[in-house]
Amino acid sequence: MSLLFAILFYVAAAVFVGGLAYKIVDFARTPAPLKIPTTPAPISTPGVAFRMFREVVFFESLFKGNLWIWALGAAFHFGLALVLVRHLRYFLEPVPALIAFAQPFGMYAGFMMAAGLAGLWARRFLVERIRYISTYSDHLMLALLLTIAATGLGMKFVMHTDVIGVKAFFLGLMAFDIQPLPAHPGLYIHLACVALLMLVFPFSKLLHAPGIFFSPTRNQTDNPREARHLAPWAAKLEKN
Amino acid sequence: MAGPEIKAPALREFPTVPALQPDATADVKCWVASEKIQEPLGFPGKLADDWQETHDRAIGRMGELLDKYRSLKVFMDACVHCGACTDKCHYFIGTGDPKNMPVARQDLMRSVYRRYFTPAGKMFPQLVGARDLTREVLDEWYSYYWQCSECRRCSVFCPYGIDTAEITMAGREILDAVGYGQKYSNEIIGKVHRVGNNLGLPGPALIDTLSGLEEDVKDDTGCDVRYPVDEKGAEVLLVTPSADFFAEPHIESTIGYGKVFHAAGISWTFSSMASEAGNFGMFIGNYDQLHKIAQRVRQAALELGVKRIVVGECGHAWRVAYAFWNTLTGIGAGANDPFAVELQKQLDPRYKQPAHICEVTWDLIQQGRLKFDKSANDHRIVTFHDSCNVARGSRMGDYAGGQFDIPRHIIKAVANKFHDMAPETIGERTFCCGGGGGVLTDELMDIRVKGALPRMEALQRVVDDNGVNFMATICAICKAQFSKVLPYYGFKSGMVGGVHQLVSTAIQLGNEQ
Ligand code: HEM
Ligand code: HEM
Ligand code: SF4
Ligand code: SF4
Repeated sequence: MSLLFAILFYVAAAVFVGGLAYKIVDFARTPAPLKIPTTPAPISTPGVAFRMFREVVFFESLFKGNLWIWALGAAFHFGLALVLVRHLRYFLEPVPALIAFAQPFGMYAGFMMAAGLAGLWARRFLVERIRYISTYSDHLMLALLLTIAATGLGMKFVMHTDVIGVKAFFLGLMAFDIQPLPAHPGLYIHLACVALLMLVFPFSKLLHAPGIFFSPTRNQTDNPREARHLAPWAAKLEKN
Repeated sequence: MAGPEIKAPALREFPTVPALQPDATADVKCWVASEKIQEPLGFPGKLADDWQETHDRAIGRMGELLDKYRSLKVFMDACVHCGACTDKCHYFIGTGDPKNMPVARQDLMRSVYRRYFTPAGKMFPQLVGARDLTREVLDEWYSYYWQCSECRRCSVFCPYGIDTAEITMAGREILDAVGYGQKYSNEIIGKVHRVGNNLGLPGPALIDTLSGLEEDVKDDTGCDVRYPVDEKGAEVLLVTPSADFFAEPHIESTIGYGKVFHAAGISWTFSSMASEAGNFGMFIGNYDQLHKIAQRVRQAALELGVKRIVVGECGHAWRVAYAFWNTLTGIGAGANDPFAVELQKQLDPRYKQPAHICEVTWDLIQQGRLKFDKSANDHRIVTFHDSCNVARGSRMGDYAGGQFDIPRHIIKAVANKFHDMAPETIGERTFCCGGGGGVLTDELMDIRVKGALPRMEALQRVVDDNGVNFMATICAICKAQFSKVLPYYGFKSGMVGGVHQLVSTAIQLGNEQ
């Protein structure tokens, strides 16, 4: 079983990193030929950085758009972020002070994340227009994340697992030295789902995470009159 | 027009999200362009007889666009189906057709993108909502990509800034590439190339119209306000939508532009070569057309030797001018390539290039160079409709949001009574007039009327509460659309007009005693 999970995680990590890198490079090298920021937009680069910061951290546009989705989405993502920070303890030895400090908050973050996910999922059934736009993959993605959260919380509060062993397994993985993985059904499900999440990440709507940084309506400076903006393929048109 | 009578939906006291009415407007379609219209633009005249050929061409074009436009590529991938945009489109609000929800409009293309360009869609189409491109899908594109006014309202609220307008443009571009163009827009583009403007008004007729206008203004004011055409050596080239030359109420603003230049003592001219500020190349998402149409302005500017380029009241034209002209034609500043520098060294760097007529007028007001008798506008209680392309696709002045303030500052400088509509219906959240983006054609009257619903509701409120009787706007399409649509909602057609119409009414030309 340990070997199986080891292989699974190596494959998942390779696909995740490789796929994501490919996508990011692809986004980056595709030109944006015209200035299309959604205005009013910042007129300076620091302004754009600040706008992007507000979008990524506070979901500013979503806040304007729909408070329910915002609240549920913020609970989920904020919870997720804390949980992930907390999880770094399985991969870092010694555990940095900051991460150790975040541990107690992380516990509640798991609940926050699960509650957000459940709320978002409920919307997909209850709100007619969201039901209309939902695909199977939208449901499955939420199911997957909710399973991860539920098994994680289960291990935390119901049926403990040997976290020291888990850490040894992952530290070993990173050193290409496979250690035994504690036998625990919750852990198996948790890890299998995490691996699946990593596998689908570069091929799914989870690309919203890198995508937001490349969105021309959000990352462009509103200065078309002051600076000439020309994509390489558009410049070629001028030559003839 | 034949067909069932078009009725305006009832105004709602408490606007809520409409219940879904699947396929409510699936059959509202604009006329397809004929071969005679398509071919001169370099598009196939009609759909190929063999479906496979059309299919391959469409997918091929889509692949090219995905490589050329980061917007399209990122937007295809990034949407999480969160639903924040679903209730933001005026066409959805007015029709209840779920395919008019911005995300659903995107999904018409995204489903095809997934099928042909992503591993998930190739392997598990049902799972991710991917589908083959069929004739039915293409027809659906034609319906719904011509029921979007490219107003960008949805992009304001999307957490990733996904702009459905970009996807609509790509959809129309693909449709053109397979010979399935829209008559209205493509016919107009043809006219610009042949005659110089959207309305097909030739140079001599233009000169005639404007000299008639000079006489009218003389009779009215006793002043020799000039409306010159092709005057070499003028300081300012004014490029304005061709509707401004004779349509009502557009012409009232044209009169206003002339009076402003007259009162300020600025020499200016129209151009017969660039007698159109509008650029329908943007509506059809075709870079070549966008580029070619814009070149006419560059050429006119070089030939006339003007120092400044100013754009009249037109929403999408201002977006093209403000955001794209520097890219397309070098009208702007900050270039270091010979093509753009040739023009930029001719233009006066002390002024914004291009400038909006409202920027010009507001600058002059601030410098104290214009005098007004505000009471001349006292019969009007004014509100202002922000046009989408100005609001969400451009700017005026020196700071973000100047495009909202400057027209309002002008109105308040020339009229005593002004009331804004509800805050969630103006500014960056403004609702489209319902006729922008290439849908201003009679066959689409049904969705034009329904799409105007949210704006009409907001208007009704200020009419009831404040007695508003004049809705000012700075867009030729808004003016034309509202003139037609206001009566469906029980308002007078003449209630809409330009900001420079108000300026024209109040301005003192220096000969008053
Ligand atoms: C840069 C980082 C990220 C940003 C700015 C971001 C932002 C957002 C926003 C604004 C939404 C829409 C609101 C909502 O439904 O919650 C969303 C949805 C979603 N995000 Fe993220 N996200 C990020 C990273 C991630 C990561 C790392 C994951 C997954 C592990 C993730 C999973 C999801 C999922 C599954 C949804 C859809 C929720 C639904 O179905 O309603 N996000 N994200
Ligand atoms: C390889 C990566 C991961 C490992 C080894 C792992 C392991 C664990 C373990 C051992 C626990 C139990 C903690 C305890 O008993 O104190 C746990 C909890 C949890 N895990 Fe994971 N997990 C991983 C990835 C993830 C991911 C990607 C997510 C979210 C999408 C996640 C979400 C959670 C949650 C919500 C909890 C419960 C709250 C908490 O303890 O923080 N895990 N995980
Ligand atoms: S751009 Fe405007 S018309 Fe088009 S989908 Fe978005 S809100 Fe609707
Ligand atoms: S708001 Fe943006 S991410 Fe959400 S459904 Fe609409 S387009 Fe997709």
